[in-house]
Amino acid sequence: MIAVYVLLLIPLAGMVILALRGHGPRAGRINTQLNGLTLACTIVLAVDVLLHGPLLSSGKLLYIDSFNVYLVALTAFVGLTTSIFSGSYMQHEREIGRIGPNRLRLYHTMYQGFMLAMYLVLTTNNMGVLWVAMEGATLATVLLVSLYRTPESVEAAWKYFILCGVGIAQALFGTVLLYFAAGQVHALGDDALLWTALHEHAADLNPGIVSLAFVFLLVGYGTKIGLVPLHNWLPDAHSEGPTPMSAILSGLLLNDALYAVVRCKMLADGSLGTHLAGYLMMGFGLLSFLVAVLFLHRQTDIKRLFSYSSIEHMGLMTFAFGVGSPWATFAALFHMTTHSLTKSAIFVTVGHAAQLAGTQRMEKIRGLILTQPVIGWGLLIGTVAIAGFPPFGVFASEFLLLIATMRDYPWLTPLLLLGVGIAFAGLFRHLQPMVFGDVPEGQTPIPANLWPVMLHLALVLWLGLSLPGFLGDWFNQATQLISGSMAQ
Amino acid sequence: MAWLLALFETLLFIGAAPLLAGWIKRVKCRLQNRKAPSVFQPYRDLRKLYRKQPILPEPASWIFRAAPYIVFASTVLSAAIVPLVAVNLPTAQVADMIVLAGFLALGRFFLVLAGMDIGTAFGGMGSSREMTISSLAEPAMLMAVFTLAMSAHTTNLSQAMNYVLDTGVVLRPSFVFAMLSLMLVAIAETGRIPVDNPATHLELTMIHEAMILEYSGRFLALLEWASQIKLMLYGVLVANVFFPWGVAQEFTLPALGMGLAAITLKLGLLAIVLGLSEVLFAKMRIFRVQEYLSFAFLLSVLGMLSHIILEAQR
Amino acid sequence: MAIEGLNYYQQAVLLLAALIALTSFLMLGQSRLLRLVGIFGVQGVLLAATTAMVANALDFPHLYISALLTLALKGLLIPVMLHRLVVRMGLHREMDTVQHPALVMMGGTSLMVFSYYVSLPVVKLSSLVTVNTIAVSLAVVLLGMLLMITRRHAVAQVVGFMSIENGLFFAAVASTQGMPMVVELGIAFDVLVAAVIFGVFFFQIRSSIDSLNVDRLNRLSEVDR
Repeated sequence: MIAVYVLLLIPLAGMVILALRGHGPRAGRINTQLNGLTLACTIVLAVDVLLHGPLLSSGKLLYIDSFNVYLVALTAFVGLTTSIFSGSYMQHEREIGRIGPNRLRLYHTMYQGFMLAMYLVLTTNNMGVLWVAMEGATLATVLLVSLYRTPESVEAAWKYFILCGVGIAQALFGTVLLYFAAGQVHALGDDALLWTALHEHAADLNPGIVSLAFVFLLVGYGTKIGLVPLHNWLPDAHSEGPTPMSAILSGLLLNDALYAVVRCKMLADGSLGTHLAGYLMMGFGLLSFLVAVLFLHRQTDIKRLFSYSSIEHMGLMTFAFGVGSPWATFAALFHMTTHSLTKSAIFVTVGHAAQLAGTQRMEKIRGLILTQPVIGWGLLIGTVAIAGFPPFGVFASEFLLLIATMRDYPWLTPLLLLGVGIAFAGLFRHLQPMVFGDVPEGQTPIPANLWPVMLHLALVLWLGLSLPGFLGDWFNQATQLISGSMAQ
Repeated sequence: MAWLLALFETLLFIGAAPLLAGWIKRVKCRLQNRKAPSVFQPYRDLRKLYRKQPILPEPASWIFRAAPYIVFASTVLSAAIVPLVAVNLPTAQVADMIVLAGFLALGRFFLVLAGMDIGTAFGGMGSSREMTISSLAEPAMLMAVFTLAMSAHTTNLSQAMNYVLDTGVVLRPSFVFAMLSLMLVAIAETGRIPVDNPATHLELTMIHEAMILEYSGRFLALLEWASQIKLMLYGVLVANVFFPWGVAQEFTLPALGMGLAAITLKLGLLAIVLGLSEVLFAKMRIFRVQEYLSFAFLLSVLGMLSHIILEAQR
Repeated sequence: MAIEGLNYYQQAVLLLAALIALTSFLMLGQSRLLRLVGIFGVQGVLLAATTAMVANALDFPHLYISALLTLALKGLLIPVMLHRLVVRMGLHREMDTVQHPALVMMGGTSLMVFSYYVSLPVVKLSSLVTVNTIAVSLAVVLLGMLLMITRRHAVAQVVGFMSIENGLFFAAVASTQGMPMVVELGIAFDVLVAAVIFGVFFFQIRSSIDSLNVDRLNRLSEVDR
């Protein structure tokens, strides 16, 4: 149990340390070391949960079960690898004069602040604290999106702040409604906002109010997932902020927002006894998937391209959680992992590619594989993986998802297949010239640290070839928690 | 007996109206550090006008001559509907608030016709402005009245007042909104600052004065008196509907005396409020009147909504 | 229970709730930035008063703390901060004219009716007097959103944002007599940080587009330029 407290204390202490030392040349390394420590912590925690089952802290404020412990581990892992990349990337930005020492300090402090908010979102047992931490994640990242102070980045940050702020306000209203519904159940007493207590007494909650609350919660946290039609902030915020930011926003924040929605869905399902929450999630998910897939074709900015791909995949996961059968839930959890790993790897590569070409406009990025093969190959393999090609993990999870859909909603399968096809075309029509095109004059290699990318992609490949036993058990436990039975 | 009392009350109403106008003028003068005329000055003005020979414009038709009488009569009738000193009077029993609004509209209709009858530019302009304003003010007023009616379950003024008296002091949000809205409407309908300025004949801004510009002598006296009655009527409406305490519920001498004292006090206070607001605010541009009145309308809609949302029986 | 059957504290809660709704409407129609901020401050004070009144009427002493917190944060700190920012940036004469005021007001009224319908099931479930006001709190949230949609000025949008927060807080007070203290403090902290960040943003936006009219933030769009 102590591991949880340590897990939350490390980023908190990290914020303080980096607020003092975040501008120095060693700041990147400190950041990495802090993230390494938290990863070690999560491994201890994960083993503990796998062996001894769910943990509840003494004040009932923190709760770890197999569902969130795996996300905590994923968060810590992606946080660590991104911070390795971020060290050299931000140093480069500092050298070419895009940011000054103060902003570098802000960046490093907020990096830890964001990690803290993410861990709090995942580990808290209190629906209210969940909301506070989610809002905290926005607050921590919003100034990072406008870090470069270009008109575009300020606009993106403003949009991000306003849209997410308004969106998440709906979630707070939903939380209030939930609390109200819980207040009618006397058995709950003072624990009325604790997820464990709510889940236990879900059947006693008033269905009318819970369904109303769920709509507000879905709209609120859905804004953060980037569900269409509330997705407008996402491509802007991803494309204008520093690249490590895009990587962790896409790889972590979206996951954690989806985590919040799934927790709410578990309550709603328990209370309603109908499939309403699932249908809502399926609808929003499918819509996001299809809209994002079509928008892929229109992009001119490489980071916007991949942020639409994030929306697409988040839509897919929301859909899968909405379907709700054990198979679909298993697939969604699996997809969460593979997408996080692949997408953060891609954003890291894209960051290097943009630094190499000196622009994010795709028409100016050419001939990567000739100038610097490692970046070219990284981008190519990453895109192949995210488009769902075998033998990568994304293929496996998408395949599982299609099978699960086929079992419950066969008439939706063609739509999904069509979407995947369109997405593939959209990605590759942009990718091919960037990787293989003619080299522009004067393009020279840059110092790049691509081993986090390779590590991520290797992991995704491994997951695609064979799902390791402990991970399978893990997913199974989480699936059982969410959907009530195992996927066997 | 009751009918006699009603007649007496109406006469009191008509008779006291100029006094109220004089009192408001006096309050305003005091606030502006001017030397105030006597409170009885409006009576003298009316007497002076009544003695003068009226001069009719050349193209005046029968409407022009009949309008002052119709306006005066309809105003007096509406004054009879509003309980001044006592509730449960037969005049108040036979008609309700919608009839009241109807009487007021009738008077206005003829005033507007008379304004256009001569064919001068000012008359037509005043008429068109008056119609614009009243078309915006009337929905707001009716909405406020309906808010009241929803609480009291009646549109009859006297029964509504009884209801408020019986339930005692209740902090009703809907009444607050309805009262504010009614006050705004009253200011617009009686042509006071900031909508219109009764004390000036500045051609660009006048509304009421423009319509009666061609009148003189006893016609003018009647119209002036009618507008004073109208002012008092709105004052009594606000004072007695929302704060009916003191009104006589039975016809005994002490109760009636008490009612008289109460209404005098309430009107005196309201006049001070009105005077203060007229001193503090400047007259607004005519194009902004619609904003002002839509605010009044918004208030009454909010009143109705807050009745439904906050006060209703569950 | 109809309003006649309540005691004066409970009636005062309803009255204050109605006044809070009124301030939301006033904000919707107010073009001058300074007055907008002023009305927002009044709303904060009214909210604090309502909270204190609920604490008194229903005997929930811990709500007094929330009331104090609200008064300090929403009634004083944030309005004063916004006010000073507006003056310091020389915006106190700037107007953010409302387009189609009549339409906006009608929209606002229909939002209020809508929130009444949405909150009906909630109201049916509880016998507490304050539950009647949950429709008003939802309306304040929605009106804040409408304010943000109809305005083009960054300051006005921030006021809208903050008034949404007011509505949410009001909802918590009205329906559940406030959230647990941990959550309430967390929310207050978030709001405070958000207010500071908004202040930073005013300067960033102004230095990047030389104005606070967010309509000019139009570089990022899906349409090719």
